Amino acid sequence: MIGIDKPAMNMKNDNMPDQGNREAKSAHRRYWRKNLQIVTALLIVWACASLGCGVLFADWLNQFRLPFTGFPLGFWFAQQGSIIIFVLCILAYCLLMNALDRKYQAELQALRNHSGY
Amino acid sequence: MTTQAWTFVFIGGTFAVYLTIAWLARVQDTQGFYVAGRGVPALANGMATASDWMSAASFISMAGLISIMGFSGGVYLMGWTGGYVLLAFLIAPYLRKFGHFTVPDFVGSRFDSNLARVVAVICAIFISFTYVAGQMRGVGVVFSRFLEVDINVGVTIGMAIVFVYATLGGMKGITWTQVAQYWVLITSFLIAAIAISIKLTGIPVPQVGLGASLQPEFSDGQLVYFLDRLNEIQTDLGFNRYTQAFVGVWDKANVFLVTLALMVGTAGLPHVLVRFYTVRNVRAARWSAFWALFFIALLYMTAPATAAFARYFMIQSLNGETEETLPAWFENWENTGLILWFDDGDGEVLYSGTDDNEIFRNGSLSQAELDEVQSQHQQWLDTDGLSGEDGREILRAMGLSGPDGDIIVLATPEMAELATWIIALLAAGGLAAALSTASGLLLVISSSVAHDIYFRLINPAANEKQRLLMGRLVIGVAVIIAGFFGIYPPGFVSQVVAFAFGLAAASFFPAIVLGIFSKRVGTVPAVAGMVVGIGFTAFYIIASVYGGMSPWTFGVFKNGISPQGIGTLGMLLNFGVALSLTPFCKPPSPASREMVDSVREPEVSESAIAA
Repeated sequence: MIGIDKPAMNMKNDNMPDQGNREAKSAHRRYWRKNLQIVTALLIVWACASLGCGVLFADWLNQFRLPFTGFPLGFWFAQQGSIIIFVLCILAYCLLMNALDRKYQAELQALRNHSGY
Repeated sequence: MTTQAWTFVFIGGTFAVYLTIAWLARVQDTQGFYVAGRGVPALANGMATASDWMSAASFISMAGLISIMGFSGGVYLMGWTGGYVLLAFLIAPYLRKFGHFTVPDFVGSRFDSNLARVVAVICAIFISFTYVAGQMRGVGVVFSRFLEVDINVGVTIGMAIVFVYATLGGMKGITWTQVAQYWVLITSFLIAAIAISIKLTGIPVPQVGLGASLQPEFSDGQLVYFLDRLNEIQTDLGFNRYTQAFVGVWDKANVFLVTLALMVGTAGLPHVLVRFYTVRNVRAARWSAFWALFFIALLYMTAPATAAFARYFMIQSLNGETEETLPAWFENWENTGLILWFDDGDGEVLYSGTDDNEIFRNGSLSQAELDEVQSQHQQWLDTDGLSGEDGREILRAMGLSGPDGDIIVLATPEMAELATWIIALLAAGGLAAALSTASGLLLVISSSVAHDIYFRLINPAANEKQRLLMGRLVIGVAVIIAGFFGIYPPGFVSQVVAFAFGLAAASFFPAIVLGIFSKRVGTVPAVAGMVVGIGFTAFYIIASVYGGMSPWTFGVFKNGISPQGIGTLGMLLNFGVALSLTPFCKPPSPASREMVDSVREPEVSESAIAA
């Protein structure tokens, strides 16, 4: 169909022997599980910084100051700190996921070489 | 040179740039028109997403809201940036891998249902139009204040510019124009904030200046933190401390719910989601989510500084002044009705948080109603209260105490007595913010109608040329409708924009996330979830804002749930309905499951590794 991307060279392993196919599937399962772990861990950081420090504990944190500045700590988390942490969260996600993608692709490549493909 | 001359130079110059880009980026096919040929680099897409996202509301209204709300202004800062984290982790990479044109496309294919597609199209169009209307008001405000032209003329000029580059270049033209617009808006916002920060604290980084101590000339030579001084001034005048958490209606429960609703809503807004179709691959989609938030954070971390500095200048430059000594900016803005002074008879301005406050705004009052209040007040003054009525009491009863937040960003440089060219640059920045968002939304409307309805449902046999013509036609019509909203703004626009987030949170977000992260959720639960979620949210908003229903407390929330925060509950309801129906309904077809598998699979192509 016009205008719709071809699936980007998805190595569908139809021609591979069963053994290889099964291993490719388990590699994908591992990849997906690891992906969920990364996302869950980073979402916890995300929630602690914003909904935690910026909202739920903000009134309590306001009795402290961000060191060397005039910011009450809860106020700082609500208006600046959480945003900095968000940016770092996405940066960590990009680096971790792109590394995971490369590892997964290397595993598939090794499988393909192994099965003489 | 005068401010007005500078304004003509900056606005004329930036418009010329936008039109040049439009001509260079014109397109001939639907790929180019809807998804910019999928060739946009991650950095540029991040920048375009940032200016697509930062609307007149972010640029003009947000700092003003924070300035008035103090701590609670954080709901907008956290809500509108935190959503990008959800977007980056849960949606963007998968949507790119899916690789069609629109969000309803994804919902329709994953849940294998034209009903789901139509529900999604209606949500997308509704959200986009409410949003566009808000942008047009922003264009009108900037034009009428800075060029002193009629609002209608201003809106027409703005529409004409958007019309040219959106129809000519589609998504491609819009993307590259947005990149240029990002630079205009961020430069103007930062320059103004930096100048004020240097003046008040001597530190050229406003984000740091906010937490620093005041320059000696503002604090009688004492070493005192700016925020402490501001808190002190606020309490002296009967306001709450600026940094104090959870005051008034903004109790902890509401701050929490509104923040979460804005976050989830951000991740479900169609004009942001479609931007991730325009990049080359999944990896680029991840990076462009990072760059988008990075570029947004530059403005969003500056806004709280602008807000607090403006609060300081607003109070300091008004209190104790008389008719003769009032600053020029006050008179400029008084004409727009966004700030008004009702004297108590002593001839001195007093802006306070108590009953003796003399500063008000016109809100949604008409000129005639305002004139009536003013003449009553004059009579009240002239007769020493024997006849007429105290205008302050009338306006206070209507909840119109204090200036309108919309003037904060645009008036602060004047309050701080900065150079005229900075003020003019801000006008160009405000226009860039409004126009970039408007064009992104118009494209969503165009693709929803021309692609999802016309091509997918009505005429699947349409050829490339017909589809492109249809896309351009719809965008043209949408521009005209949006312009109409700008000239005859429905009074409820600013409220409705905040509600658009609640609706997006309660409809798109759960459907998309379930579609990606569950293979078991099928058509019926997903559609039921969307309908219940958006139905519940829309009901609560309409009933409490227009029907006079008192907010629900569920016996736990002291002040009841603000309509802005109801999207959070709508979202939970959507998830709940979809997940609890799932075990009783048919699982998705093998084709849908295969589609889920393929969006979860990272790309293996060479270009993905090289990019």
